[in-house]
Amino acid sequence: MQKEFTSDQHQFRQSLARFMQAKSTPVDVRRQMLTEQGYDAEVWQQLCAELGVAGIHIPEQYGGFGFGQIELGIVMEEMGKNLFCGPFLASSVMASSALLHCASEAYKEQLLPDIAMGVSIVTLVLDSLDGPEDVGSLLHEDGGVLNGAAKIVLDAASADLMLVVASSSSGLGLFLVKANDTGVNVTSRESLDPTRKLSEVALINVSAQRVGDVDLGNLQEIWRDCSVALAHEMVGGAQHLLTSTVEYTKLRVQFGRPIGSFQALKHRCADLLMEVEFARAATYHAARLLDAGNAAGLAAVNESEAEVYAPHMAKALAADTYCNVARAAVQLRGGIGFTWEDDTHLWFKRAKSSEVLLGGPDRHREWMMQLIEGEVS
Amino acid sequence: MNHNDIKQEVTGWLEQNWSTELSLLEWRNRLLEGGWAAPNWPVESLGRGYSVDETQVVNDVFRRLGIVFASQGGPRRLAAETILAHGNDEQKQRYLKQTLTGEHAWCQLFSEPGSGSDLAGSSTKAEKRDGRWIINGQKVWTTSAHHADYGILLARSDWDLPKHQGLSYFLIDMHQPGVEVRPLRQMNGHASFNEVFMTDAEVSFDDLLGGEGNGWAVAASTLSVERRGFAQARQSGISSVERVGRVYDEYEAELAIDNEPYTWYPQRQGRVDLVLDRAKKTGAIASASTRQEIAKLLSMKRASELAAEQAEATRRAGTNEIIPAGSIGKLAASVIARQAAHVHTLISGSDAMLSGEHSAESGMVAETLISVPAISIAGGTDEIQRNIISERVLGMPKEQRSDTGPFRDIKRNT
Repeated sequence: MQKEFTSDQHQFRQSLARFMQAKSTPVDVRRQMLTEQGYDAEVWQQLCAELGVAGIHIPEQYGGFGFGQIELGIVMEEMGKNLFCGPFLASSVMASSALLHCASEAYKEQLLPDIAMGVSIVTLVLDSLDGPEDVGSLLHEDGGVLNGAAKIVLDAASADLMLVVASSSSGLGLFLVKANDTGVNVTSRESLDPTRKLSEVALINVSAQRVGDVDLGNLQEIWRDCSVALAHEMVGGAQHLLTSTVEYTKLRVQFGRPIGSFQALKHRCADLLMEVEFARAATYHAARLLDAGNAAGLAAVNESEAEVYAPHMAKALAADTYCNVARAAVQLRGGIGFTWEDDTHLWFKRAKSSEVLLGGPDRHREWMMQLIEGEVS
Repeated sequence: MNHNDIKQEVTGWLEQNWSTELSLLEWRNRLLEGGWAAPNWPVESLGRGYSVDETQVVNDVFRRLGIVFASQGGPRRLAAETILAHGNDEQKQRYLKQTLTGEHAWCQLFSEPGSGSDLAGSSTKAEKRDGRWIINGQKVWTTSAHHADYGILLARSDWDLPKHQGLSYFLIDMHQPGVEVRPLRQMNGHASFNEVFMTDAEVSFDDLLGGEGNGWAVAASTLSVERRGFAQARQSGISSVERVGRVYDEYEAELAIDNEPYTWYPQRQGRVDLVLDRAKKTGAIASASTRQEIAKLLSMKRASELAAEQAEATRRAGTNEIIPAGSIGKLAASVIARQAAHVHTLISGSDAMLSGEHSAESGMVAETLISVPAISIAGGTDEIQRNIISERVLGMPKEQRSDTGPFRDIKRNT
C-alpha cells in the first residue's frame, strides 16, 4: 500500500488549509457557535463549490468525486485543525455512509448527488451513538409510520432530510423522513461542545419511506467508516493544539526564561508529539485499509494487511491522544488556559465530544479485541 | 553500476573462490583480496566505492547463497567505520584488514561511572609522558571487553578547555598490564557488560585518531554509526542454505561470542509476542480490564511500527519534513516494554512471584519483568530522548547550561 501522500493530495491539503485559515478563524468559530444552525451557509456553499469537499469520497456514479478515504481523511483533519463549523460529518460522512452501505440503488441515485454537492443536508438519526449493538431499541416502524425518539442527533436543526434507523417487523431498516414533515419534532439541546450542534429528534406517527435494510453487519461498517473519519478530525485537532501549545511555551516567560525551556514542559510535549504521530499513522493506515477493502472487498485484501480491527485502534488512539493533548494545552498555559477568552477550550470541548461520539476508547478497544481473537482462533 | 553486472561479477567470483572447507580466516582474506569484504568502502580502502543500493545487491547474493560475510559484529563495526572516516593512511593500514577478517575484536570505551548521559563529561585522563599517551580512569557498560583486543577510547587530554574541546579519541591495546576488565553484573543476573579500569595504560602517539582535541567529533561519528546500526543490526544472518563445513563451524563460534551479551534483549523489549497466547492459555483474556490493557499494548506496538514505516516512506519521498523517527522510536520502545511488563503481570497474577525454569514460559516472563527497566536507559535514556525530541523537532529552547568554561572548574561527580 502507498504510504506517502501523492503531490495531488498535498496540493488538496494546502488548498483546504488556505480556505480554513481564511474562513474558519477562531473569531468565525466563536460567531457560528452562538447561532442555532452553527455554521455559515454561504461559507459552506463556497467550500463545496470551490473544493468539492461534500462529495469528495462519494463515488462518481452518485455525483461525487470518487476519491477515497485518504482524501476524506485530509478533509476531516484540516477541518479538525480549524474547528470548521458545518454539516460535513453529519451529512457527507454519516448519512452518506448509511446510504452507501444500506440503501437500494434507486435511493443512492436519488439522494447522494445532492449530498455530494452540499445542497442537501441529510442527518443520520440513531437512537444510540455508543455502539451498533445498541441501535434500534427506541425507534420503531410499523405500517410505514415511525414512532420514537433519538436523544442526540447531529445537525438536525439544519437538515432537510433525515435517515432514521428503526426496528420493524422485518428487522432493522433505514427510513427517509423530511425534516419539516408533521410529527417530526426537533428540539435543540445545549451541547458541551458548542461548535457541534445537537438536537433531540422525536417522531410521532411520521410517514416514512424504507430506503434499505439494516443489520448488525452493515451498522458495524458504518461505524468503522465514521470512526476513522472522526479519528482524522481528532488527529487534526490534536496537532493544532500541540503546535499552538509549544508556540505558547516559547513565548511565555517566567523566572526569567521561556517556560518552554523547562524540562517538565519539554518532556510532556515530547510525549504528546509521539502520541500524535502514532495516532496519525494508525488513522491513515485504517483509511488505506478501508480503501483497499472498498476496492476489493475486505476479504480479498492481502491477508497480512487485513487488520479488520484497524479502524477501532485508530479511533481509540486518536481519542486518547486528543484528550491528552487538550488537557496539556490547558495546563501548560496555566490560568489563561482556563479562561473563556483563550481559544484552547474550543478544542478541549471538541476533544471530549469526539472522544465519546460513536463509542469511547474503551468500547473501541473491546471491539478491537473481539476482532483480534476472531482472527487468531 | 548496473545491478545485473554487479550480480554477475560477484556470483562469478564466488564460484571461483567460495569453499566451505576454508578456515574462516582464509575465507575472509580471500574476501578482502577480491574487494568484497566491504563493497561500500572506497576503492583505496579495501572496498569498491559502491552505493547503498549496489552494496545491497552484493549482500543479497551472499545471503541467498549462504556466504559468510566479513566480520561485522557490534563494536567491530563501530571501530572499523570510525577509523575509515577519521584515520590516517597508516592507521587504516594497521587496523582495518584484521578487523574485517575478525582477527581483531574491539570494544567501545565511552561511558564512565561519572558520565553516562553526559558523555562529553568524560574524566578519564590522557597525558603525554615519555613519548606516549598515559591513560588513567574507569569505563563502564563496555560490551565484550573481555574478548576485545583493542578499544576505541574517549578520554580528556586537556582540562583547561571547555568540555567538548578537551577530548581526544584513541585506539588502545586491551592486552597490557594497565588495563583490567571486570564483569558487571546486572539486576537481571546477567553480566553482559564490563567495567574497564585503566591505570597508567599506554597508547602510542600513532594511535590518536582524528587529532588531539577532536575527540568529540570523532565520537559523534561512532555514535551515528551505532544508531544506524540499530536499524540494520542482526539482519545479517545467513539463509537457509545448509551450513556444513569448517568455515561455518568457525563462524558459528564467532557468532556465539558476538551474540552472547544479547540473549536477554528480547526480554527487555517486553516479549509482546507472548501476550495473546498467554492470555488465552491462562484464561486471563476473559477479564475486561486485562483486555483493555492488552488492546492498549497492541495498539501502541502497531502504531509505532506504522509511524516508523510512515517516516521511512516520507524520507524516501525526499521531503524536507523533520522526521524524529529515531528518538520517537526509542521512546516508544520503552513505553511498549513497560506496558508489556504490566500486562504480563496482570496475566500471571501471583505466579509472577516465581522465576526460573518452572515459572511461566520457562522463565522468560520473569526475565522480562526484571529486564524491562534497561530499555529506557540503554542507548540514551528516555529523558535524553525527550530532550532531543522537544529541542530538535518541536524547537523548544534548550535548558540553561552550567557546564561552560574550563572543564577543570565544572562541577562533576567525585
